[in-house]
Amino acid sequence: MVYEERNTWAGLVVTVIAMTVYVVVVLQAAGGGPLTDVDWWPIMLWTIVGGIVVTIVVSILWGILAGMRDPDGVGKSDQRDRDIAHMGERVGTAFLALGGIAVIVLCAFEADWFWIANTMFFGFAISNIVGSIARVIAYRRGLV
Amino acid sequence: MVKPTRVTNSIRPLREQAGLTQAELAKRIGVTRQTLIAIEQGKYSPTLELAFQISRVFGVGLDDVFQYPQE
Repeated sequence: MVYEERNTWAGLVVTVIAMTVYVVVVLQAAGGGPLTDVDWWPIMLWTIVGGIVVTIVVSILWGILAGMRDPDGVGKSDQRDRDIAHMGERVGTAFLALGGIAVIVLCAFEADWFWIANTMFFGFAISNIVGSIARVIAYRRGLV
Repeated sequence: MVKPTRVTNSIRPLREQAGLTQAELAKRIGVTRQTLIAIEQGKYSPTLELAFQISRVFGVGLDDVFQYPQE
């Protein structure tokens, strides 16, 4: 597995886990009451910061382990990695645009800030997850 | 579903003829071994620049390395 594929896997797994943890924590904070009463932004902030830090740590540790087996391949990227990254970005951007449109609609209906912020947050997350899945498939199945 | 490419290549026989391993050829053209494997198996279409680099290593023309079927 090449450097960029490892990073893609690390980002994908961490994002899925982080989003799951975020949903569980928000639901627990709501305690059966309305979600809009939850103090959501510190949870969201910690999820974003934690997700970034854990992804970096996992990538570094995985890179060290991979480097023990194949020292030449550590940190190396090439044209195929760039092509796959561009394809993943194109796929992910479509979902990010959908999230953006949903936010505009929510603003038009003067929805609670909770829903506006969380729609954008999940737009980013789903965009990242779908883009990463597309990249992983391209690494496994090919990109022609 | 990945759309299969109609471009085929003769990299593997040319490489074996030249006595090069996948790792050696990959290093000479500046890509990872996994990328070379993907090209050999037709799972990745290389850029024109990379295609020229591959053909230069073998000292043959582009058409000798990559083939595209007639309509």
